[in-house]
Amino acid sequence: MVAAADDSPQFGVLSTGVWLPQARLDRTTIASIAGSGGGRGTRTVASYDEDTTTMAVEAGRRALCDCAQLPHSVWLATTAPSYADRTNATGVHAALQLSAHAGAYDLAGSTRAVMAALRAGCAMSAPTLVIGSDMRTGLPGSGDEAYGGDGAAALLVGPQTSSSPVLAAVAGWGCVTDEFVDRWRSPGDRSSKVWEERFGERHYVEAGRNAYADALTNSGLADSDITAIAITGPHQRAVASAAKTFAAKTVAANTVSAGARLVDDLTSKVGYTGTAHPLLLVASWLESAAPGAVLALVSLADGADVVLLQATSAVHDRPGRGHKPVQASIADGVPLTYQRYLTWRGMLPLEPPRRPEPGRVSASAATRTTAWKFGFVASRGDNGDVHLPPHPEDADHQNMAGVLGRIVTFTIDRLSYSQSPPVVFAVVDFDGGGRLPIELTDVNLDQVHIGAVVEPTFRRLHSSDGIHNYFWKGRLVSQGGDHGQ
Amino acid sequence: MASNGIRDRVAIVGMGCTTFGEQWDKGVDDLIVDAHAETLASAGLSKNDIDAYWLGTAQSGMSGMMLSKPLHIADKPVTRVENMCATGSEALRQACYAVASGAYDIAMALGVEKVKDGGYQGLNGFPIPGDGTQRTLTAASMYSMVVPAYAEKYGLTPEAVKRVLARIASKNHYNGARNPRAQFRKEMSIDQLLAMPTVAGCLSVFDCAGVADGAAAAIVCRAEDALRYTDKPLYVKALALISGDGSGPSDPSYDYTTFPEIVRSAEDAYRQAGIVDPRRELAMAEVHDCFTPTEMVLMEDLGFSDRGQACHDIERGVFDLLGDLPVNPDGGLKSFGHPVGASGLRMMFEAWLQLRGDAPVERRIATIDQGRTLALTHNLGGFPGEMVSFVAIVGSTLG
Repeated sequence: MVAAADDSPQFGVLSTGVWLPQARLDRTTIASIAGSGGGRGTRTVASYDEDTTTMAVEAGRRALCDCAQLPHSVWLATTAPSYADRTNATGVHAALQLSAHAGAYDLAGSTRAVMAALRAGCAMSAPTLVIGSDMRTGLPGSGDEAYGGDGAAALLVGPQTSSSPVLAAVAGWGCVTDEFVDRWRSPGDRSSKVWEERFGERHYVEAGRNAYADALTNSGLADSDITAIAITGPHQRAVASAAKTFAAKTVAANTVSAGARLVDDLTSKVGYTGTAHPLLLVASWLESAAPGAVLALVSLADGADVVLLQATSAVHDRPGRGHKPVQASIADGVPLTYQRYLTWRGMLPLEPPRRPEPGRVSASAATRTTAWKFGFVASRGDNGDVHLPPHPEDADHQNMAGVLGRIVTFTIDRLSYSQSPPVVFAVVDFDGGGRLPIELTDVNLDQVHIGAVVEPTFRRLHSSDGIHNYFWKGRLVSQGGDHGQ
Repeated sequence: MASNGIRDRVAIVGMGCTTFGEQWDKGVDDLIVDAHAETLASAGLSKNDIDAYWLGTAQSGMSGMMLSKPLHIADKPVTRVENMCATGSEALRQACYAVASGAYDIAMALGVEKVKDGGYQGLNGFPIPGDGTQRTLTAASMYSMVVPAYAEKYGLTPEAVKRVLARIASKNHYNGARNPRAQFRKEMSIDQLLAMPTVAGCLSVFDCAGVADGAAAAIVCRAEDALRYTDKPLYVKALALISGDGSGPSDPSYDYTTFPEIVRSAEDAYRQAGIVDPRRELAMAEVHDCFTPTEMVLMEDLGFSDRGQACHDIERGVFDLLGDLPVNPDGGLKSFGHPVGASGLRMMFEAWLQLRGDAPVERRIATIDQGRTLALTHNLGGFPGEMVSFVAIVGSTLG
């Protein structure tokens, strides 16, 4: 039997944050251009100005605004790091304005990395922000292209305090490591290659089953205690096959009806978002989990990792300030044509405008303004005026990242250099003071009007000489609102 | 007052200006040589007579050697100056003050820009290392934000304002068509202009200054010496420059319907020159019509029209070639073209022609015959809310 949630040492998930990019690619549109591939449903697509770092920031912001505790470290797992040879999590750390004494670490390379990050975070005694952020793509017409998705999910894990209860306690871990080459990619290549599917399928189903058994053993829980199973991994066929296996097992055990325990893996509308996906499924499950419910999260990647999470009574009392339900994020999609998707991912390069590309960001200049550039921290003068960018003579800082603004006037620029013209720029007055002319993104030209409400969002403005220029843009606030801290 | 002015202490005694346009067969050295030679000839001087030079260029080169090399000048002070699109005026201002100070007897200000060797469309600033957070909007887009703001403030429809802007462009094309040195010499009707596709806000390419190569220059000396070199000198009445604090884009009270730096520089210039009613005292004005909405707002900021009345005055033809106060009789930046470092001196070149009665008859303004003797040039650099603004006033008579 499961121990009563309130009796166990309360260490586990303190909050969740999810960022799904707005664009949705309809898989049925792929084959007419690529000649093959595609399928049914949609996948999420990171905008041309998003990358795994920007999406990690957005997911991290949402996780932190739900929780009174700040992380002592942030761990970023991704298969698509924006930089090699330097840490990407430091950019997330800067955008979240964490203490300089908080660590920031990458686990980059394989989809399995996120389970390592989660396990590392749960091994810490202090709160840890674990983020999976990924962009999954393949060559046009490939299975990875259709099955993949882009997004980020963050879990703040740590000990319970009086002001931040644990939503789901960690009940146990299971692991199987298996060396077999079912997919591979040389560093620098844009897409992976895969072995004949049935080979990997057999390995993964067995690994999943064994890791699950290992987790039950380690936790002292019985199969019948598990109320929900979420299965995910880069091998689509193996995930489906493992799901059937677990469902059959359930029927044999005569606990609940077949498939009822299976958590929707969200791939039909979102796609498989790589390192984000296990955390995304935890966030999704927590939104409807009853106190005492137990999730077995099964990640099939180079073997299998299983974590058992038990929901506490705190799931009923979650603060909702920055919390947007996963289903709402899924529903907020905007269609994207396949041609534009290919262009955004660099697979259909278009003639650039006859304007010079922006220059390389100065590393030293950017370092002097990190709080502004990454954290969107403005200043407040003695007379109360808010200055964006911050004025060097102002003593008070003012964090603008979570502040809404209203469009005073705007213009559509068809001349400026952009990876996805036209550029829409708006003069925005922020609530509580401060004005900034700011580029809009994720923008439908028909919805831009004077008075429209805008939220800041962290984006990559451009890259030059391999240096990414991160800064904030404005984004029209959708109904219901969804802004980070 | 903050500025004392040098009214009637310095005179312009020679000027020259190259043809503006896409001069694929001329480099920056050629443009300098051409403008220099024409300017010397107009005053009957040789290069040995010039004591010091001020060279204005925004980004076609660096240092005084840009001028001393092609002109083979080995023993003269040459100062390169830059003040964005007001660079040409800044060169003139420095030369005038140097002569007024007594440091030199004769000085030349020469402005030049070779824009068309970049390979890109439009004007492109050279990259200055930064943190990457600076706005990257084009100037056209920045100025396009004037249109909805102005319309809203004065209860006009954007379409009505757009028609006024087309009226401005049409006027400047009309004037440019009568100027053999201008880049664009084709008249454009209001309806033709309104049919152009937009590129920035509601602005089309035809709302923007021409992108041109060119050079212009002026020779200045002490006023009491002027008649040695010409019998029709222009006397400098005022030189006013304001460099704004750049607060507009982040100031919630800034409403994009006025350019405060221009108001301040005009006030200073009128005070230096003793002008009370510019609309009736000036014979003409050359203003910085980098974009058509700029010229519209300038009519109010320079005091030619009351607030909210520029549209009305423009529609009435007040600023037409034969209007009450001709504005940009040479075609302006719109038709003459905008080689950045040269434009301020090009503006003065039109004052030189008109006030001396030397303008071609087909674009000669009528206000001279009405006895007016003063011309204004206005040159700005920057964007709404963050600009440098220069205003000069010159006259064909002393006192």
